[in-house]
Amino acid sequence: MEHIISITVENKFGVLSRVAGLFSGRGFNIESLSVAPSLDPSTSMMTIVTSGDDRIIEQIVKQLNKLIDVIKVVDLNENEFVERETALIKVHTKPEDRAEALRITDIFRANIIDSTPGTYTIEVTGSIKKVEAIINLLQPLGIKELIRTGRVAIAREPIRPAVAQPKRVAKE
Amino acid sequence: MKLTGAEIFLESLKKEGVKTIFALPGGVVLKIFDVLHQQKDIQVILTRHEQGAGHMAEGYAKATGKAGVALVTSGPGMTNVITALADAYMDSVPLVCFSGQVPTNLIGNDAFQEADNIGLSRPCTKYNFLVKDVNDLAMTIKEAFYVATTGRPGPVLVDIPKDVSMNKAEFKYPASVSIRGYNPTYEGNKWQIKQAAELIAKSRKPVLYIGGGVVFSGASQEVLELAEMCQIPVDMTLMALGGFPGEHPLSMGMLGMHGTYWANMAMHYSDLVIAVGARFDDRVTGKVSEFCPHAKVIHIDIDPTSIRKNVNVDVPIVGDCKTVLRELIQALRATVNGEQKELRKPWWDQINEWRAAHPLAYEQDPNGVIKPQHVIKRLYELTKDRDPIVSTDVGQHQMWAAQYFKLAKPNRWLTSGGLGTMGFGFPAAMGAQAAFPDKLVLCVAGDGSVQMNTQELATAVANKLPVKVIVINNGFHGMVRQWQDLFYEGRYASSQLGAYPDFVKLAEAYGAVGLRATKVSELDDVIKQAIAIDKPVFLDVPVYQYENCYPMIPAGGSNHEMILSDPPELKEKQKAGKAGTPVAGEDKDTILTA
Repeated sequence: MEHIISITVENKFGVLSRVAGLFSGRGFNIESLSVAPSLDPSTSMMTIVTSGDDRIIEQIVKQLNKLIDVIKVVDLNENEFVERETALIKVHTKPEDRAEALRITDIFRANIIDSTPGTYTIEVTGSIKKVEAIINLLQPLGIKELIRTGRVAIAREPIRPAVAQPKRVAKE
Repeated sequence: MKLTGAEIFLESLKKEGVKTIFALPGGVVLKIFDVLHQQKDIQVILTRHEQGAGHMAEGYAKATGKAGVALVTSGPGMTNVITALADAYMDSVPLVCFSGQVPTNLIGNDAFQEADNIGLSRPCTKYNFLVKDVNDLAMTIKEAFYVATTGRPGPVLVDIPKDVSMNKAEFKYPASVSIRGYNPTYEGNKWQIKQAAELIAKSRKPVLYIGGGVVFSGASQEVLELAEMCQIPVDMTLMALGGFPGEHPLSMGMLGMHGTYWANMAMHYSDLVIAVGARFDDRVTGKVSEFCPHAKVIHIDIDPTSIRKNVNVDVPIVGDCKTVLRELIQALRATVNGEQKELRKPWWDQINEWRAAHPLAYEQDPNGVIKPQHVIKRLYELTKDRDPIVSTDVGQHQMWAAQYFKLAKPNRWLTSGGLGTMGFGFPAAMGAQAAFPDKLVLCVAGDGSVQMNTQELATAVANKLPVKVIVINNGFHGMVRQWQDLFYEGRYASSQLGAYPDFVKLAEAYGAVGLRATKVSELDDVIKQAIAIDKPVFLDVPVYQYENCYPMIPAGGSNHEMILSDPPELKEKQKAGKAGTPVAGEDKDTILTA
């Protein structure tokens, strides 16, 4: 099963290769990985999309925790979370296709961030399904280049009722 | 006052209580060696190869329980020590290795003797540091020793560029360190310990399965107490030997691929396995799907990743073996009473039956060729009163030593378990001898293994390290030949060594003492002679070439399906003097199920 693991690491050189080396050395999968500094400049956040059965995921989480530069590991799949991915798609646009490209961009609430007489560069953000859907639709026009960020994800804040609810008592 | 990086290095090591380092110089570490040369507090043992330095530091660490220290130069110095680092990583040996590096401004320029030390050592160290600023050096050394010796111990590399050892900084050694991403758990979970105690109290066929963690944690006394209190048999891994007295009535000896029949049978038929500081290595579990089919498993280990890595665990307890066992014993006192002996009598009857059925055995014709097991048995019997430290290389002789050398105390057994590094034994013995100059240190070696590090004879002679190397000489890579006999129809591909150095002359060439025993009748005398000499000794014992090590669980086999002696076809071939010649149409399966 696919899992998204969010880890907080020391923001220093060599940490990425320690994490990547752990995955390659032990034969774990990485489907995508994204890294950037967090709010605290001394740490970075990594989002790793991986897959495996429960025992493998347990090992991945434990092995990551064992790395000295890893400060915190959260398997987001244990609770609700939201995920997003951004893709930048450069499509060939013949004059007769430009309107179609614009329409597709519009349907997906994507943006055109660069435009030349022969191309549009489209920025799309959303769930992986959405990103894949727009890629599929644009493919017939001819995709010149495609770059995806890999997924980032964050746990959903648990919803707490604003007002205390009266206790329900089960009646028989 | 400001000190150079090299002086900071020295002062930091002194603060860590380092007495001995194993080192080999080179261009970028000259400043450090220059400083070491002008002091008397730390003994510098110059080795002939960096791998030797690494294994000596390991031997030192295993014998003392403290971190061993090695110092090597950049480039080839670093690549040579990698094997020792990987070995220490697999066997959780606390080691701090310092490597030289080209000056910081040249890093990445493919400078002379440059290597990516951090990249090279990353997968085989617990942690590694590149020191880029001399102001960070003292703190980094403190952290290195802290990481190497706490939690599950392991090797740590500190890479010091040349300019860092030359530059000056104010020296202040930190009293303590804390690393936010590194917080080993020492105390076990109370609730889990209670669960474990309940399982132990009601189990009828329990087995204690102890590993190297018991030795490193210093938990031998606790294991003894628990075993005696509850009358539990104690199976030891290769790494745990000495962690429980080998001649104690509750000792089952070693388990696993070449473990005793009764140790493996007890595991297989037990109803409760209490694993302490062991990691369910494939040489222990055999076929995982058939491992301990009737047992619940309690697993005590300081490393959470060891738990549920290979087998499922019912009661996981993350913590230090000693601390957890003490709590466990406390918890058991409430429930356990004198009835344990009675409750487990049927279990012990069964174990004793197994013990009697297939004891460790070999046939020694008093006028015939010396059997390798006989050498080790006599060595054990003739030296046990002196409480020796014993190291081994890797192979048949190692397994025989594990079977026949019944060590009484921990930190006496130096062997390469996880990585299986041939050439480990001799330098490791020297490391232990450097720590304990007055102790008897033996190295049981094979003629194949020992040749991987014989250059260290020079180190032994120069530094007056009087280790006794007993070369079990069969002219083969014996374990390889054994597998070829059993699973490759006797085709000895590259296992016959072909050239046979004269180990007596070899030792003499270096200024050490060479001895040889060729007859059973002279063996005892030569052993006695060897241990009486206050110099490094190579004792060459030519043995029966085709002896195989049993019991043996074939790789991937289940623990109760042991091969107990040579299959009949193999015996016939040996008798006819046709060992090593393939038999046409021979069916491999008949051998496997023997």
